[in-house]
Amino acid sequence: MANFTLNINGKDKQVDVDPSTPLLWVLRDHLDMVGTKYGCGIAQCGACTVHLNGNAVRACSLPVSAVASQKITTIEGLSEKGDHPVQKAWLDIDVPQCGYCQAGQMMSAAALLNSNPNPTDEDIDAAMSGNICRCGTYVRIRKAIKAASQL
Amino acid sequence: MTIIKTKVGRRSFLKTSAAAGGGMLIGFNWLTSCSALSKDSETVAYPNEWFEINGYLKIGDTGMVTIYSPNPEIGQNVMTSMPMIVAEELDVPWEHVVVEQGTLDADAFKNPQFAGGSLSIMMAWNALRMAGAAGRRMLMEAAAKEWGVDISNLKTSDGVISEVMGGRTIGYGEIAAKAVGIEVPDELEMKDPKDYKIIGTAKKNVEGPKIVTGKPLFGLDFKREGMKLAMIQHPPAFGMQPIDFNVDEIKAMPGITDAFIVDTTLKQPQWSDVNAFNKLVTIVGESTWQLMQAKKALKVNWEKVSEPENSEMHEKRLIADLEKGRVGASRKDGNADAAFAKAAKVIERTYTSPFMAHNTLEPQNFFANVTDTSAELIGPTQTPQALKDSVVQLLGISADNVTVDMTRIGGGFGRRLYNHAGIEAAAISKKAGVPIKLIYSREDDMTQGTYRPTYRSVYKAGLDKDNNLIAFSARGVGLPEGPIFPNRFPAGTVENYTAESVMSSTNISTGAWRAPRSHFTAGAEQSFLDEVAEAAGKDPIEFRLELFDKAKNSPVGDKYEYNADRYAGVLKLVKEKANWGTETPGVYRGVAAYFCHNSYVAQVMDVVMEKNQPKVKKVWCAVDCGILINREGAENIIQGGVVDGIGHALYSQLTFDNGSPVQSNFDTYKLIRNNQAPREIEVHFVENEISPTGLGEPGLPPAIGALASALYKATGTRLYHQPFASNDLSLNLG
Repeated sequence: MANFTLNINGKDKQVDVDPSTPLLWVLRDHLDMVGTKYGCGIAQCGACTVHLNGNAVRACSLPVSAVASQKITTIEGLSEKGDHPVQKAWLDIDVPQCGYCQAGQMMSAAALLNSNPNPTDEDIDAAMSGNICRCGTYVRIRKAIKAASQL
Repeated sequence: MTIIKTKVGRRSFLKTSAAAGGGMLIGFNWLTSCSALSKDSETVAYPNEWFEINGYLKIGDTGMVTIYSPNPEIGQNVMTSMPMIVAEELDVPWEHVVVEQGTLDADAFKNPQFAGGSLSIMMAWNALRMAGAAGRRMLMEAAAKEWGVDISNLKTSDGVISEVMGGRTIGYGEIAAKAVGIEVPDELEMKDPKDYKIIGTAKKNVEGPKIVTGKPLFGLDFKREGMKLAMIQHPPAFGMQPIDFNVDEIKAMPGITDAFIVDTTLKQPQWSDVNAFNKLVTIVGESTWQLMQAKKALKVNWEKVSEPENSEMHEKRLIADLEKGRVGASRKDGNADAAFAKAAKVIERTYTSPFMAHNTLEPQNFFANVTDTSAELIGPTQTPQALKDSVVQLLGISADNVTVDMTRIGGGFGRRLYNHAGIEAAAISKKAGVPIKLIYSREDDMTQGTYRPTYRSVYKAGLDKDNNLIAFSARGVGLPEGPIFPNRFPAGTVENYTAESVMSSTNISTGAWRAPRSHFTAGAEQSFLDEVAEAAGKDPIEFRLELFDKAKNSPVGDKYEYNADRYAGVLKLVKEKANWGTETPGVYRGVAAYFCHNSYVAQVMDVVMEKNQPKVKKVWCAVDCGILINREGAENIIQGGVVDGIGHALYSQLTFDNGSPVQSNFDTYKLIRNNQAPREIEVHFVENEISPTGLGEPGLPPAIGALASALYKATGTRLYHQPFASNDLSLNLG
C-alpha cells in the first residue's frame, strides 16, 4: 500500500492503495466516483475513459502510480452543472439506451472536440472506435458529436 | 371507446400496497424528473405531502405526480414509455411527472414485472392505462363530492378538473388528499387514441440527465456501508467443477476477508436458473483490484463431470443431427418432395451461425444481504420474480422476507433473464455472513455460458417453368434446439411446404439471446428468398408481395402465424421511403422483412464500397408495432437493433477448444464499433390503432437478411455462414 494524492476534477484526493491499482478501481472503490465504468479491464471497450491532462485515456489500464500530479477529469467533473456541450447534445439527441457505456463515449467525444472543434466523419471514426456501445447507439453518438461541435 | 375492467383477480386498482409508496428503497435513487430538460420545469414545485393513489402512482399537494415504472429497464426505455401510458390516462402534463423504478411488488402492479420477449408494453398496456384512468376517476369523484355535483358534470385536462357547466376548477394536487381510498367503478372508459396528448409523441429518456452526469444508477454502482465485495472463479471449461483450492494462501492475501466454495444447485431449478457452473470458488474482500489479484493467485483442483466439447465436434453434431435428430415443431402442406421432383429449378442452400455471447457491457453483478431469516437483493435482473422464487428455494426462508429491487441495467439482450448472479450473491452473503456485492470480471462474464446456440439450417425452394414458387422446405437444428418456426412466413403461401425444427444436445449452457432463433432464421430465410427471387427473375419486394397476396387470398393449410396485410404493409412502406427501384451507381441494396415478437419490421440497406471494402451506408426501416408509445425511444431501439444485427452477423462468434470458450474478452470477441456502423438509419412507423406491441427485438432479425443481400450485390458473393466477415477474406471487412 502507498499514499497517493490525485488531482481529480480540480480537487486533491488522498488514497492509500496498492500502487498497481488501476485508476478505474481507485475512482470506483476508494473514492465512490462510479460514473467511470468497468467494461473489459484491458482497454478494449472504452467504458472507463477519463481525461488525463485533457487527453482521453482508459482508466482500467492506468496504474494509479503512473498518474502522479497529472490532472484527471471524470464524467462527474466534465462540467459543474451537467451542461458541457457534449452532455447537452447527448440529452438533446437522446443518445442512451442502457446508458452504461455513455460516460466513456462522452469523455472520448469531449476530448475529440477539445482538440478538434469541427471533426469530420473520419475524425469521429478514429476517435470513437475505441468505445463499444453494445446497444448500438452509434448513429446517435455521431449525430450528438456533430451537434455538440455547434454549441 | 375501450372499456377495461378495474378489477384484476381479487384485487382492485384501488388497493395500495404497503410497499408501493416506497419505490426503490435503496438509498441512492433520486426522483427522475420528466421535466428536467424542459424550459417550464418550474411549473410544478416539489410537494410537501404525497398522497398514494394506487400502486402505480402518488400525487403531491403541488400537482407533481410520481409514477412507478414496474418493469426492469435494460435500455429498451420502458422507464419512459410505461409511465407515459399512465400519465396519458391520468391526464396530466408530462412535465408534472417524475418517474421512479418500482420495486418487485405483485400487489402494487398487478402485472408481471419482467423484461423479455419484447412483452413489457404489450402485456402491461391495459394495466398501465387502468392505473392512470383509475387515478383520474378517483380525483374526479373527490372533486364531485367536494362541490356537490355529479361526476358527469366534470372534465379533466392537463392535471386540472373543471366543471362542464360552471366555472369552478381544481388542480389534482389540491384534491389528491381527498381522493385517497375512493372506490372506482368496476369498469372505466379509456381515452380514444385520437385524443392522445402524450402517447405517440417523442419523449426523452427520463434518466438521461443522470446518465450523462455519471450518477450511480447501475447494479455495479450500488454501495451499502459495511458491505464486502466478492468475485467468483468458475471452471475453465464446460464439464468441470472445483474440488478444492489453496484457500489458506488466498485468505492471507491483502484485502481478502474470506474464501470458500459455494454450491448454488437448486432442487427444482426453473428455466431462468440454467447454469453449467453451480459450484464456484468464491473470494470475498475489500476492493475489486485486490479480489482480481487473489483470483490470479488461485490454484484450484478441478474435476471432470462431462466430456469437453470443441467447435469441430459441434459442427459434426449439427450436420449429423440435422439428418437424424429428433424433430420438434414441424408443419407439412401438400407434398414438397414430389413438387421438388417436377420443379423446373431447385435451389438448396445451407446456413450456419456460431455460438454467441450476450456481452452486456455491464458485467454480471448483484448485491445480497442475507440473514438467517431474510434476504435483500439489489441489482440487474430481467426476471426479478423468478430470482425471488429461486432465492426462497435456495435459502429455505419465507418469501415474505425476501425483497428484490431493480437497478438500471447495463444491457440485457436476454442475458439477465438468467439469475445465476443474483442466486450466487445470496449464497455468498449467507456463507460469508455479511452483505456482499458480487462482481464478475469481463472474462468471468464471457466464459460463464448461457450463450446463443449455434445453428445450421437447410432451405430448399422449387420453381415451376413460369417461375412460380411451388415447393419450399426448411429444416434446421441447433445446440440444443432448432431455430425453425414452422408456421411463420412463408407458411401459408406455398402449396407444397415442410418445415422442421430439429433437436440436438450440448453441455454448453445456452439461453435466449435478443430475438431468440428469429435472429438466425430471419437472416437465413430472407437472404434465401432473395436468391429465390433472383432465380425467378423477380424483384425481391414484388416476389414477397405476391406471396403475401397468396396468404391473404388463398392461404395454404390451416393457419399461419402472421398478418399478411401488416407484413406487406411494412414492405410497401419501406419501398416507398427508400425509393426502392431507383439505381444509384456504386450503391448496392438489400431488403428483408420479418415478423417476430408481435411486431413487423422491413428494412432496406444500402452498401457502398469504401477503399475496396463494403460498408453499410444507410438503412431504412418500416415498423408496425400498433400504437406507437414513445416515438423517440422506439426509433432509438430499432436503430440499435439494426446495428446489433449487422455487427453480430459480420463479426461475432464464440468458439470452443477442449470445453473452454476461446474468446474471453473484447480483444478476441469482436463487437461492431462506431466506424463500422451505418452512418444513417431512418425509422418509419405504420400509423394505426392496433394495441401496441414491443420493439426490443423485432428490429434486429431483418437486418441480417438485408445485409447479406446487399453484400451479395456489392461483392457478387452470397454469404451463408456467419460471421460474414470471416467467410470471404476478399471482403476484408475487419
